[in-house]
Amino acid sequence: MATHAGESLKEPAVRVEGLHRSFSEAGGVLNGLDLTIDSGEFVALIGRSGSGKSTLLRALAGLDRSVAGSGVVDVPERVSVVFQDSRLLPWRRVLDNVILGLTGSDARARGLEALSEVGLEGRDKAWPHELSGGEQQRAALARSLVRDPQLLLADEPFGALDALTRIKMHKLLKKLYAAHNPAILLVTHDVDEAIALADRVIVLVDGVVGSDIRIDLGSKRSPGDPRFASLRAQLLAELGVVESVEEEVA
Amino acid sequence: MATTALEAPIVGVASDKTVDKRVVRRRLGPGPRVPGTLWIGPILLLGLWIVASATGVLDPRTLSEPWVVVETAKSLIADGRLPDALATSAYRASLGLVIGVAVGLVLALISGLSRVGEALIDGPVQVKRAIPSLALMPLLILWLGIGEPMKVITIALGVLIPIYIHTHNGLRGIDSRYAELAETVSLSRGAFVRHVVLPGATPGFLLGLRFAVLNALLSLVVVEQVNATSGIGHMITLASSYGQTEIIVVGLVVYALLGLVADGIVRIIERKALAWRRTLESH
Repeated sequence: MATHAGESLKEPAVRVEGLHRSFSEAGGVLNGLDLTIDSGEFVALIGRSGSGKSTLLRALAGLDRSVAGSGVVDVPERVSVVFQDSRLLPWRRVLDNVILGLTGSDARARGLEALSEVGLEGRDKAWPHELSGGEQQRAALARSLVRDPQLLLADEPFGALDALTRIKMHKLLKKLYAAHNPAILLVTHDVDEAIALADRVIVLVDGVVGSDIRIDLGSKRSPGDPRFASLRAQLLAELGVVESVEEEVA
Repeated sequence: MATTALEAPIVGVASDKTVDKRVVRRRLGPGPRVPGTLWIGPILLLGLWIVASATGVLDPRTLSEPWVVVETAKSLIADGRLPDALATSAYRASLGLVIGVAVGLVLALISGLSRVGEALIDGPVQVKRAIPSLALMPLLILWLGIGEPMKVITIALGVLIPIYIHTHNGLRGIDSRYAELAETVSLSRGAFVRHVVLPGATPGFLLGLRFAVLNALLSLVVVEQVNATSGIGHMITLASSYGQTEIIVVGLVVYALLGLVADGIVRIIERKALAWRRTLESH
């Protein structure tokens, strides 16, 4: 699976069966979750706080060695993670952050290419603290993509950005997805972001998949589209949120 | 208007034609760096010495006049005694420093990166920390004699402790999220040490180095005065038995210069190595 994932759309990139994870005796965060993500498929994962989104993502990233649990997790060989914070090493210049851990004589060239792809050409020698929040997150995306991932895990990658920057980042992520076509699991609490970007939106409820909704809106998606609005209403209802502000107050 | 917390703007040359009216908050950080400020204090002190000697306030038997000290220094340099002594002392101090820094750094890395290493190393180092290196000298003399190995090892022991403590502390203070990142990009342990641990621990290491340099000089002074046949300390001890204040002062000035130069070098390294930081020091 590791070698040929990516070539065949039929073969799943991620297979999770009966995943249990718990942080205490009292109750599990993930309770027998099953999930399959096809190669090259863009899946958004939404859910309320504490629904297990990050726990699932960390299980897929292999970062939960100290968490109790059971189940099967099968992921491809090359997995990249984008965190909510850019997590750039402050003592390494931007390019060195992008190619962190890469070996080979072409590493720098690939890093520069990745930087230009995310719109950061010419900033390769900058220190991370000299970049804006959006630019830092672009550098983090470049660091993920330069590794040519078969699976990209993103844990609320735009959560800390302002609304305008976030829209730009959505466009960038779409462009990068089209160019590289990795399987993507995007954890978000922004329903609009999920609908705008993903092929499939999964709502996590009490540690299992609550609903699994395919988004068939084509590539041009506008929040003004009535189908977009109805999807948003449906997803918000799944999350137990009433959309109208007035009703909330009343 | 609340003007109490304000100060005049520092930016630009105010021309009468352009209006530059602004509200500027009172600065709470130390402000921009002014070059050469490190030397103002020592120079003032030197001036005070010259004035006190010239006016006769300072008795030459208590402290020789600066010009006498300069003359003595010149003749000591001319007959080769000072350069020889300085070379011997500088060699001892730097050899002890290099050994102590290397050992302290390696111990800090082992103890900081593995629980087994911590269990084996941290306790003994803390015990050693409670015993001043100079208190170990009698034992070291019994073991190693009064030759160079004893002197260099005494200096190295004094250097090792601050390097270990501050590097270990800096290392353990590295944000664990960076370790997590290193895991997700599959860094090898060597690359993790090179890209994350060492740079992350550098601020702590450099602070330790500043203490270490002064410890090296302190140990140098003691080992040379107790039982040496060469070096600045030997020169001072000899001068003391003959009541030659001016030679003692020359020796002390050399020690002071060694200390200042060494500390200055560490500060320069600090500024270069920590260029990535945005702190009160750099702005």
